[in-house]
Order: sequence, then structure tokens, then C-alpha cells
Amino acid sequence: MIRATAPSLALLAASVPLALGARADSGWSELNMTPGVTEMSKKIYDLHMLIFWVCVGIAVIVFGAMIWSIVTYRKSKGAVPDVTLVHNTKVEFIWTVVPVFILIAMAVPAARTLVEIEDTTKTELTIKVTGYQWGWQYDYLDDGVQYYSHLDRQSDAARELLSGIDPNSVPHYLLNVDHPLVVPVATKVRLLITGADVIHSWWVPAFGVKKDAIPGFVNEAWFKVDADKPGLYRGQCAELCGRDHGFMPIVVDVRSKADFAAWLKEKATEQKQAAAAPAPSAS
Amino acid sequence: MAQSHAPAATHEHDDHDHKPRGWRRWVYATNHKDIGTMYLVFACTMFFIGGAMAMVIRLELFKPGLQFVDPQFFNSMTTMHALIMIFGAVMPAWTGLANWMVPMQVGAPDMALPRLNNFSFWILPFAFTLLLSSLFVPGGAPAGGWTMYPPLILQTGASFPMLIFSIHLMGASSILGAINIVVTILNMRAPGLTLLRMPLFVWTWLITGYLLIAVMPVLAGAVTMLLTDHFFGTTFFTAAGGGDPVMFQHIFWFFGHPEVYILILPAFGIISEVVPTFSRKPLFGYEAMVYAVASIAFLSFIVWAHHMFTVGMPLAAQLFFMLSTMLIAVPTGVKVFNWTATMWKGSLSFEPPMLFALAFLFLFTIGGFSGLMLAIVPADYQYQDTYFVVAHFHYVLVPGSIFAIMAGVYYWLPKWTGHMYDMRLATWHFWLSTIFVNVLFFPQHFLGLAGMPRRIPDYAVQFTDWNMVSSIGGFGFGLAQFLFPYIIWKCVRGGARIGNRAWEGAHGLEWELPSPPPYHSWTTPPSDAVIARGAEH
Repeated sequence: MIRATAPSLALLAASVPLALGARADSGWSELNMTPGVTEMSKKIYDLHMLIFWVCVGIAVIVFGAMIWSIVTYRKSKGAVPDVTLVHNTKVEFIWTVVPVFILIAMAVPAARTLVEIEDTTKTELTIKVTGYQWGWQYDYLDDGVQYYSHLDRQSDAARELLSGIDPNSVPHYLLNVDHPLVVPVATKVRLLITGADVIHSWWVPAFGVKKDAIPGFVNEAWFKVDADKPGLYRGQCAELCGRDHGFMPIVVDVRSKADFAAWLKEKATEQKQAAAAPAPSAS
Repeated sequence: MAQSHAPAATHEHDDHDHKPRGWRRWVYATNHKDIGTMYLVFACTMFFIGGAMAMVIRLELFKPGLQFVDPQFFNSMTTMHALIMIFGAVMPAWTGLANWMVPMQVGAPDMALPRLNNFSFWILPFAFTLLLSSLFVPGGAPAGGWTMYPPLILQTGASFPMLIFSIHLMGASSILGAINIVVTILNMRAPGLTLLRMPLFVWTWLITGYLLIAVMPVLAGAVTMLLTDHFFGTTFFTAAGGGDPVMFQHIFWFFGHPEVYILILPAFGIISEVVPTFSRKPLFGYEAMVYAVASIAFLSFIVWAHHMFTVGMPLAAQLFFMLSTMLIAVPTGVKVFNWTATMWKGSLSFEPPMLFALAFLFLFTIGGFSGLMLAIVPADYQYQDTYFVVAHFHYVLVPGSIFAIMAGVYYWLPKWTGHMYDMRLATWHFWLSTIFVNVLFFPQHFLGLAGMPRRIPDYAVQFTDWNMVSSIGGFGFGLAQFLFPYIIWKCVRGGARIGNRAWEGAHGLEWELPSPPPYHSWTTPPSDAVIARGAEH
């Protein structure tokens, strides 16, 4: 009786959200990591899928053996225990050594990819990223362009406690900013990442980049977006940093090299003029 | 203790217990059974308090947008939920089971240091009153995560010293309890009970005791440095003063990784007792199981930085910690294979302890798989600080540690009380827990892979559906747990009387004693014949 009702309880539990109605992009299909838009993010995705399938394979064998035992060797079916089965040197040797070989097979591609990721040489553009409570600052060191990037106004209004605003009515709720980081496509961009107050972490899943922003230290990370993948990419802070940790997203605007150059030049001029202009009078 | 009559022969039970009545029995307790009971009742209470905090978390995360709590309070809930569950529920539950069972399983009359035992327990209610009171001081409870990373944790308000001192108190309790257990196991085993004849539960606690003694002082050091940084002008973790925030992480995780093995090794011991009993077959590969636990414990000291792969570590360090972490899969795998081989060609029955043990085998293994995935450093860059990590550690802690604790309680409750509990209700508890724990935590793998960070009170709309499912699982799981104390209370009050051996296939010195055992058991050590019968593996 209990076994018959338990699965139906599970079905009941699972049906509630279905009954609540699925929106177009409310998430049932959000199941896996993104392969992303860089060579490194794709290698990371491939490593992830490799270890995943290895685990599935091992699970099939091990859970298969468990289920077989549960079904076949039941006292209620009259099974008599083989109390002498407490050792089997051959089998024990195999199941100790074979996993070691599987681990080596995983470790080799993982180490190779890690070495590539850690190679921060031959970068073409350097940007300093500073994490604040609660937003990011981007500083194009060689061009005198710097600005802050905060959660955009619509999201900020909607996220207030009991705001009454439906998050689904806000474009890119909690993943939109006022001033995105702008970078050129097909360019090895180096980020120098630090923190101003507490530890934050700069993460854009589509690039496969996550690096902690630590006060007093400068971390390095790089990415190179594939030539055919300009566009907007979104990420979030990935280290608990206080009250608004969930409300300091990252948006990267990847543009063609020409567009980027034009944008940078315009921004640099703008900021130079603002710096040179006399301060507003009256205090 | 003057006797007013001379017993004709040695009794196993003492007719005049000489235990004080009323509150003095508990406050002055030196009996391992009473202290074990207090630890377990305390742990169960903390489990529900920590669970209530989890309900607040899942309630807020049910839909996008903020409907119930301020983000700061949400961060306090995640912080306190973890501290309460780890230090208030799981660790005291293991200590309670050790107190009840280790002396009986090694043929000893009590723990080596009974008054220290009393002190170790009574520290805990004070420690947790201090910690829980922090919810009510200006600034609220600590909200910097149970991992307490500086500089963030130094922004904690008035509750900061309460956090530090409660951790000091809990740590002292753990260290003293561990010393007691280790000394009992090494010095008070009955003659003839050599180390390699001990039950696996005793072995796992011996090793866990050493881990506790080694790493709890490290945590104490780390939080003391936080205290002096906050109040006395030191700059251990402030770069501006020549210090290093990352050093805290190294010190904390040097404690933290062995800590998670402290949380799981006794579970391995329980499973190694329950599965053979209900398979009616000895544990497969007893010595290999002992060596596997010892290897896991050793390896646990050299993997800590896998919690820190994104801090900006040199390549060589990342490679080392990746390889050492992957290596732990080998002895852990050996254990899972040995439990499976124990069931193979056995004669299985499915009473509640076995049900929980089977759920452990399946679901802890799933947690192990996600752990192996997390070890792959480049992939970890995408998993770190997301719900994928949350899913991993909840799988190993909830259907891992917690289910093993429940398996242990359902296994030994008849011994403690002399009654069989309501098996029908216990089976309901099992099925509801197992189904809902998966509804609660499995979708969190998806959420993490899809990009949802952890420790956030609100999320982008593409994470809505799986959060909703997870929250429903949380409510179901939480409600189901009320069955547990009810079943225990009902059993304590009465039930079908059982003899020494509650379970047909059970072996071990505890099953040679009456149910319930006398207040002072093994006042004379068991004979060689009794040990041989009990140590059949």
C-alpha cells in the first residue's frame, strides 16, 4: 500500500508547477551548462560532458548491481545468503585499479585545458575590473576610459521587497546593467580583477571565466570571443559580498573591432572633456 | 558506592542503579547512555531549527522577486542554517550515537572520562543559545556565510563576537568529546577485542576522533584571528596592513575539508553495520573498508584548496589539488563497491534501517559523482559558487549523513528502549523523505549548470521553474521530518517488547546485551566466546 501511494505523491508534487503554467522561457529547458562563445568555454563544456558521461557509465554499472541485488537476493523470495562471499581478490584489484585509469584519462585533458587557460601571454587589450559593494567598475587602462556598471533601474525597482512589479515584465530581470563592459570580438582581452571592499567574483558563463575580485590583490583572466559571436553576454557576481550580492550583474557588449574602436575613441574623448571642464560652481 | 547486600553471582544488570532522580540525573549525568540521549535530543532540536531556516530560504526562492524577507536577513538565514546543521545537528548526532554505542560495542562499562563527557555535552546548549540569540541583536545574525570569509565577515554587527565565541565553545566540545572517544576505543576495549575485530562504526569514530583533534584547533585559530582583526587592530586578513584575505580561506578550508569527512565517516560506519545485518551476510572486505576510511582521512588533509579554485592560485597548486581531490574517488569507490558486494548473494529484507541505508547508497553516490565533476578545475570555474555546489554538498549531507543518522537511530532504537517502533510510520517517513529530498535537491544541479549563483535571495526569470520544484520538495521534506520525533517518542513510551537481538542478522556486542541494556552495562567484560559471536565478520 505504501509503495503504491508513494510514487503518486511524487507525481502530485511534480504536477503542481506544471499546473501553474509554463511561460516561454521560465526554465524547464534550462538543464545544462552553456558551451559558450569562446574556444576555452567550449573546451570547458567538453570536459564537463566527458566527466558527466563517465559518471553516468559508472552509475549504470554500480546502480545496476545494487538494483539486481535488491530484486534478486530477497529473503522474501527465499534467497539464502552466501556467508563465505567476503573476499574476491581479482575483483577487488580490478575495481581499485580501473578507477585510477579512468581518473588519469580525465586528468590529462583537464590539465591540458588548465594550462591553456593559465596562459595570459599575448593579450591584445587590458581592462581593469574592480568589484564594489555593489557594482563593478571598468577601467580601460591604456585609453583613459573608466566607468561604473550597476544593476539597471527597472530591475532595481522591481526587486525591492513587495515591489508589486512582476519580474517577468522586466527585460533581462537582474541580468541588466546601465553601462556594460564593451570589448571587441576575436581579440584576446585580459582582465585585471581586484576588489575595493570585500571579495567579489567576476563570472560570465558564456566565456567560461570566473575569477575572484580580492581587495589588495590583482587577479588575471582572459577571454577571446569567437569572431562570429558578437552580442550581449550576461553574468553575475559569484562570491557572497553582502546584502546585494545577488544584484550586481555583469553585461559584456561584444562588438566588431571597428565598432569597438569607434566606441573607445568616443568614450575617451567624452571623459577627457568631462575631466577638463570646470567644476560646476556654487557649493 | 556501598552495597547493602552481597550479590550471589555477577549480574549483568545492577538492581540498584544509584542514578539521581529528576533534573539532577541529566545535569550531573556521567552515564554514556544518558549523555548519548541528551546529545541526540539536542541534535534533533537543532535539526528542526536549522530546518525552519531552510524553509524560509525555500519560501523566498519559490518565485522570482522578493516577497518575504530583506536580502540581509536572507543571508543570515543561509549562514545560520549551515552553522546550525553542521555544528548543531550532524556533529552532536554523531557524538550522541558514539556515546550510546561505542562503550557497548567495545565491551566497556562507560566512556573513559565520564565527567569530561558531561562537560562536553553541556557546553552545547550554551553555545547555541549564544549563536541563536544573535538573531535578535542590532545588525541581526551573522550574514557572511558559514565560511566567514573576511573582509565581508568583518562587516558583521553586534553579533560578531557571539558568532566567534559560540564557535569556540562548539569546537571545545568537539575536541573534548573526540579525545574521550579515542581514549575509550584505544584503552577500554574488552580483552580479546583487537582493533581489527572492532565494528566499523567504532573504527570510523576512532578515525573521526583523530580528525577532530587535528582540525578543530585550526578553526579556533582562524576565528580568533578574525576576532583580533575586528577588535584589536591586527591585519591578518587585510591587505592594506600587510595581511592576506586568501590566507583565511587556506586556514579555514584546511579545517573545512577534514570537517566534511568528520561529517561523513561515521555515516560510513553506520552503513557498514546496517547493510550486513539486513543482508544476513558479513561485510565484504572488512580490512579494505578500514584501509579505505584511513586513506580517505589522510587524503582529506591535502585537498583543501579545491574549495578555492577561483581565488587566483598558481597553476601548479591548481593541478596538485585537482589530482589529490580526484584521488579520493578511489577509496570512496572501494567502499561503495564493498557495500554492494555485501548485498550481492545475500538475503535482503527491507526494514526502515535498511531502507535508509539503501537510499544512502544510491544518493550519496550521486553526491560523489558531482564531487568528482567539481574536482575538474576548468569545469569548476563554471560550477564554483553556483547551485551545482549546493546540490553536491546537500546530496552528501542530507541523503548522506542525515539518512545514515536516521538509519542508525532506527537500527538501535529498539536496543535503547526495549520496544519495536511503529514500522509502518517509519516506512512512511522513509518514502516521503526519499522522494522529497530528490525533488528538493536534484533540480539544483540544473540551476547551477544553467548559471544560478548561490547565496542569492532572488534570481533571473529563467531559473523560475526549477526553483519552484525545489521549494516544493523542501516543504514536503520538511513536513515529513515531523514523523521522526513522533515515532521515537511513541517508541520510548511503549511498543512490542523485543529481546537482545532486535534484528535477525545483527552481530556485535551490543546485541549480546538485553534491550534496554542495564544502566551500567559490561560491568564485567564479555568473555572470549561472546566477543567471537559478536565480532563475526
